[in-house]
Amino acid sequence: MTTYYSEDHEWITVDGDVATIGITAHAAEQLGEIVFVEQRETGEEFEKGDEIGVIESVKAASEIYAPIDCEVTEVNGTLEENPGALNESPEGDAWIYKVKVSDAAQLEDLMDLDAYKALIG
Amino acid sequence: MSEAPKRTPLYDLHVELGGKMVDFAGWEMPVNYPLGIMGEHNQCREKAALFDVSHMGQVILRGENVGEKLETIGPQAYATLKEGKARYGFFTNEDGGIMDDLIVANAGDHFFVVVNAALRHQDIPHMEANLEGVEVTEIFDRALVAVQGPKAEDVVGALCPPARELKFMETTLAEINGVECRISRLGYTGEDGYEISIPEGDAIDVCRALLAHEDLEPAGLGARDSLRLEAGLCLYGNDIDQSTSPIEASLGWAIQKRRKEEGGFPGATRVQKELAEGAARTLVGIKPTGRAPARQGVEVQCTEGITIGQITSGSFGPTVGGPVAMGYVSKGHGTPGEKVNLIIRGKAQPAEIVALPFVQQNYKR
Repeated sequence: MTTYYSEDHEWITVDGDVATIGITAHAAEQLGEIVFVEQRETGEEFEKGDEIGVIESVKAASEIYAPIDCEVTEVNGTLEENPGALNESPEGDAWIYKVKVSDAAQLEDLMDLDAYKALIG
Repeated sequence: MSEAPKRTPLYDLHVELGGKMVDFAGWEMPVNYPLGIMGEHNQCREKAALFDVSHMGQVILRGENVGEKLETIGPQAYATLKEGKARYGFFTNEDGGIMDDLIVANAGDHFFVVVNAALRHQDIPHMEANLEGVEVTEIFDRALVAVQGPKAEDVVGALCPPARELKFMETTLAEINGVECRISRLGYTGEDGYEISIPEGDAIDVCRALLAHEDLEPAGLGARDSLRLEAGLCLYGNDIDQSTSPIEASLGWAIQKRRKEEGGFPGATRVQKELAEGAARTLVGIKPTGRAPARQGVEVQCTEGITIGQITSGSFGPTVGGPVAMGYVSKGHGTPGEKVNLIIRGKAQPAEIVALPFVQQNYKR
């Protein structure tokens, strides 16, 4: 399993052709207390850069973008009732989607942990 | 050309307390502290919270018959405002729109006015041009803080016993921590509390003395916004502006009877017409049924799918425990209980018109 990071502050952990997507702890920290998550549905297909959901904090709304081309295979339904989990465990239990990777070559465009740490300073 | 944001006399204290500083109306202000917006919001509803509002414009008016002269630029009864009393009001333009909302206090030998941070550059020349024979002086050497919440009287009263004697919308001079401050019992959260004008050099010491009380925690602009929204209080630039009349904005309560009847202020024709016939649109409370917050600019439709208005303020209300909003709906709509749809990211989300405020105001009358 390898974890990659996007400039939009998402993480994607890849295991073969399946992957889990979420937002980084840094993103959750920047958003503040999260009160609502709008998710897409299982079976929907996305291209890299498509909006795949919205996260709302007390302060503002913020979009989630597909870090690679993918198809949603599972939605973390617990976030609907408990959006605050995204503040508590954004890189753990509060993952947002499980997806099927459509084009593994796109992973090369994402960052590793060191590069992401450098980005957020 | 953009100027560097200005800092209030409390800047160093905000940084020391872990405030997350953001640019707000040209000022570097804390949006929240480590407690977070929701924690600070709840602190204010349950105990007491300290807000820095020094970015707002503090203005002193001196001269003969200041109250009468203020009545020529706003629809409030300032001529009869007694010494030691404060009043919420606004300046209106010739079309009956709201130029700014403000607090006016009769301080005896002068009037003390607090205006919105972003509008001082409009309001001060406006007063200078229209209040003949009145000396208009903006104060730059004083901080302004708000202590708000059910424990505000205990917090401020512990250091300043005269503060306990003030009632809602009363103002006085009194010492806190050996420093003479102007203390007014009012605020922008729906809770009991005070706004305190402090000489800038003493502001941090006075705030530290207040914060030594176990029931007081600092709160930022984030909580200030969610608190005022739940309390149904308008934010200039969101809910009211140059195009909205006081009657549209459901602010008729802030225009005293004599002024409604006699007029004699800019835009009186429109205000009196709307009082008699109703306004074309009205600001109302709107409660989304689901969990998605409806933000400023979201379209409001009736259940038949016709656009009837727009959200002007919307967020998550921590005390309500769900999204809350205010917005304008056209004439014929806006009765509490009426079902509407909010178009959030292209999808219709159900909501209901509700009476304001969302959270009962808790003033010390």
